[in-house]
Amino acid sequence: MKVIKINKENWAGGLEKSKGSYRLFGPVKNNELHEFKQLDKEELPDCDYFNTRLSPKSIIYPQSETMFEFSLDENREDHHILKEIDTDYSPRAIIGIRPCDAAAFLLVKRNFSTPEYKDSYWLNAYETTTFIGLACGNPHDTCFCTTTGCGPFNEEGLDLLLVDAGDCYFAKTITSKGENFLRAAGWDAGTDVETVCEQIKTMKQEAEAKITSFVATDKLKDKKTTDLFDAPFWEETAFACINCGACTYACPTCWCFDIQDEVSGYSGIRIRNWDSCMYPLFTLHGSGHNPRSTNMQRVRQRFMHKLKYYPDRYGEGILCVGCGRCIRLCSVNIDIRRVCDLMNSYEVQVTSD
Amino acid sequence: MQNPYLPYPVRIDEITTETEDKNLKTFRLVFINPGDEEKFSYKSGQFAELSLAGKGEIPIGIASSPTEKGYVTFTVNKVGLVTSCLHSMKAGDIMGLRGPLGNSYPWDILEGKNIVIIGGGFAFTTLRSSIVYMLDPAHRSKFKDIHVIYGARSPGMLLYRDELSAWEARDDINMHITVDGTEDPNWKYNVGFVPTITEQKAPPGNADTYAIICGPPIMIKFTQPVLDKLGYCHDNIIMSLEMRMKCGIGICGRCNIGKEFVCKDGPVFTLARLNEMPKEY
Repeated sequence: MKVIKINKENWAGGLEKSKGSYRLFGPVKNNELHEFKQLDKEELPDCDYFNTRLSPKSIIYPQSETMFEFSLDENREDHHILKEIDTDYSPRAIIGIRPCDAAAFLLVKRNFSTPEYKDSYWLNAYETTTFIGLACGNPHDTCFCTTTGCGPFNEEGLDLLLVDAGDCYFAKTITSKGENFLRAAGWDAGTDVETVCEQIKTMKQEAEAKITSFVATDKLKDKKTTDLFDAPFWEETAFACINCGACTYACPTCWCFDIQDEVSGYSGIRIRNWDSCMYPLFTLHGSGHNPRSTNMQRVRQRFMHKLKYYPDRYGEGILCVGCGRCIRLCSVNIDIRRVCDLMNSYEVQVTSD
Repeated sequence: MQNPYLPYPVRIDEITTETEDKNLKTFRLVFINPGDEEKFSYKSGQFAELSLAGKGEIPIGIASSPTEKGYVTFTVNKVGLVTSCLHSMKAGDIMGLRGPLGNSYPWDILEGKNIVIIGGGFAFTTLRSSIVYMLDPAHRSKFKDIHVIYGARSPGMLLYRDELSAWEARDDINMHITVDGTEDPNWKYNVGFVPTITEQKAPPGNADTYAIICGPPIMIKFTQPVLDKLGYCHDNIIMSLEMRMKCGIGICGRCNIGKEFVCKDGPVFTLARLNEMPKEY
């Protein structure tokens, strides 16, 4: 492991230099809110931020993505035959991504890269991207990452971790991709690794201590799926939900999509768009039958997927990194922490006649 | 990296109108690129995405059998945007085919067993594939008794009527065709709903006998108690499910029942497995 010290006076220059090798993405303030976008020439990321309103998943997995193109012109030999499109998969780097959002990509990867099928769009974008994380010194009271297997200084899913130390960043290299980025930016000022590591460790403990919101997930694994599915708390949990889908759009671990064709004149494209389990059309059969026709069924699906189906399918933790976006954005105050507690502590009532 | 969403280009070779209401047509598709047919190697019970440029894709069970070479067939009910467009297409038109997708009927387990096929309405397609596969001279000896209980609303709504007649004439398959009702005085087969005919004609359940059921929910609902009564254990009752699908490869997220994706882990499940899954289908 290598730790580099980046004096903030060298920050802008290094980033500008790296733009020769990478397309840079970073948080920028748009009106009152931060969002990730590609950085133009001379444009800097605003690293003095809490987190973006929407997760950076769209950088790897655009909200709307062209998959194929085709021609309907029967005078062309290849009419009605779908063709792959040219997509720019040149190297990219996301600057200042929060550890929770980077860890989310690892959870989502299990869906897009399976032994049987590889989603080439997602994987090509993911593998050509370098993740430059920014440790989280001031978490929000809706953050609960320390109990989701993540944390404000979590390194999994990152290639480089930046720690803001006032007049400088400490850059901890995690992978060779991270090292390559440092080289491209020309940052190579060595430092006393041992002292700096101690300093980072202290800062990490301080940040973790600021997270006072937790979820218990220890008993989810042993619950029977059908017991949780039939549990009595879903009606009340879902009662206020207006199925707006904001939680699924903001969530860094929600991945569902729809595939649609669009035609203009003789030329057309097949695109995929983010979709949401909150919408009735998501599961509506051609016959009119809908296995998730009610609000309650859709809310149950969202939480069961994150907290039970996913952990069971992959034998891993929950499909949530604790970023808290869905809690902050929910207009009716549905809180995944509360639902998780309901599920984790649920015991089937045995009634004796 | 291979793109799992890219369909094989195919040409419509022949279109057959199957039913008197003209709502069901069978499309015989041939691959345009040599070599694609071999890549599209499938088993009975699998499905594929039919892809119409400009309209979209639909998941449809494969009606042909792997023993039928040179083409793949699909019988499609006219329901929505893509199927309506498909119904208006003609032989020679170009479309796409993506698959094969999903698991299949468990042929490794079914070998050496008595097979009871129970089908209703237009869900008979992958069952037709299975029957043709089992009756193939290379495979018939691998199975013991074969029973087929197949029902439709009326004689004119039965699929594959020429083949049904041919199978009726054979002595190595026991056909029990039925209709809900008919005014045809020449109708020589059964009249009655599938569950009733199952009760009358299906062999009793035992370790060596497997039932494969495919049909509308109402048929499945009333056939299951009959099979219970006949002594079929739930490991020996095999069902094929339907769901709204997009990707067909377990990625887009909509067709799950609990942790299982119907498109990838199914569409075929034993009743024993379904009993452990949420009732959300």
